[in-house]
Amino acid sequence: MDSKATNNSKNDLVNYILYLADSSLVMGHRLSEWTGHGPMIEQDIAITNIALDLIGQARNFYQYASEISNSIDPGKKKITEDDLAYLRNADEFKNLLLTELPNGDWAMTIGKIFFFSTWQFYFYQKLIYSSDKQLSAIAEKSLKEVTYHVKWSSDWVIRLGDGTEESKKRMQKAIDDLWPYTGEMFVAAEFEINLENSVTINVSSIKKDWLDKIKAFLKEATLEMPEDGWMQSGGKNGIHTEHLGYILAEMQFMQRAYPGLEW
Amino acid sequence: MNSTEPLWEIFIRSKQGLDHKHVGSLHAADAETAIENARDVYTRRMEGVSIWAVESKYIHATNPDEAESLFDPAEDKIYRHPTFYNLPDELKYM
Repeated sequence: MDSKATNNSKNDLVNYILYLADSSLVMGHRLSEWTGHGPMIEQDIAITNIALDLIGQARNFYQYASEISNSIDPGKKKITEDDLAYLRNADEFKNLLLTELPNGDWAMTIGKIFFFSTWQFYFYQKLIYSSDKQLSAIAEKSLKEVTYHVKWSSDWVIRLGDGTEESKKRMQKAIDDLWPYTGEMFVAAEFEINLENSVTINVSSIKKDWLDKIKAFLKEATLEMPEDGWMQSGGKNGIHTEHLGYILAEMQFMQRAYPGLEW
Repeated sequence: MNSTEPLWEIFIRSKQGLDHKHVGSLHAADAETAIENARDVYTRRMEGVSIWAVESKYIHATNPDEAESLFDPAEDKIYRHPTFYNLPDELKYM
C-alpha cells in the first residue's frame, strides 16, 4: 500500500477508536454525576463502579488512538490520551448520542446503561475477532465488565418495570424517550465502512441479537416494546445534541484553564 | 427506603482463603440484590472470589452477658488439649 492509502486507513482507524473511546468516556462521565447522589449507598457505589469501568475502557482506547495518530505524521508534536480527552471540541467528539443524554431520574439512567451495555456486550463479543490485536485485547478485557453491567441494569429494568405503578410508569417513559437514540448504534459511519474487512465489526449484524435481548428483558419487566420511528443520528460524525457542550465544559475546564495541570 | 429493606450480613472468601469471613452488612430487598450489592460494595479491591449473604435475622449469636459461663470453664481444662506427648527430636515438623 502506498503511504497515502496507509495514512487514510490510519485516519479511519483513529476515528474508529475515538468513537469507541468517546462513547465510553461520555457515558462514564454522565454516570459519575450520580456519585454522592445515588438513591441508596449500595447503588451509589455500584453506579460509580460502572462509571469507572467505562472510563478505564476509554483510557485503553485513547492510549491506542494516540499511538496510531502519532505514527501518521512523525514530524508533528506527539499527543497523549489526555490531549484527546481534554482538548478536543464537541464537534470532534464521535460518541453515540445516547451517551450524552441527561441522567434524568434513576429509571432514565438505568435505561441508558441497559441499552448501551447490551450493545457493548454484542459489540465486544465480535470485536474480539478483529484482526487488530490491540482492539481485540481491549474488547476481551471490557467484555467481562460489560457482562456485569448488562446483568445489573437489566435486573433494575425488571425491578422497576414489574414494580409499583410509579416505577413502571417511569421505566416505560425512560424506554420510550431513549428509543429514538438506539438506532444510531447499528448504522455504520464512513470510517467504519472503510475498515469493515477485518479490523472493525459490521454493526448492523448485531442488531437482531440486541433487539431479541431487549425484547426478552422488557417482556419479563412487563413493559411495552417501543414502536420504531425516527432515529436520531450524527454523533459519530461530530453532530451532537445541545448537551455535549455542557458536559465538555465541565469535564475539560481544569485542563483548559490550567494547561498541563497535574495532580 | 432503607428502613423497610432487610439487613444482610456479608461473608467473603478470598482467593487464597478457605473460609468466608464476615466483612460487613448492607440493605437489600432480596437475595439476588444482596449478592449484587455485596459484589459492588465489598469486592471492589479484589477482596474475594466468593460471596455468602445471609439475612441478619437468621444469624443467632451468643449473648455477651453469658460469655463467662459459656467460655471461661474451658480455660482450665488442659487435659482437652493434646499437649502431653513426648515427641522424638527427629520429628521436626509436627
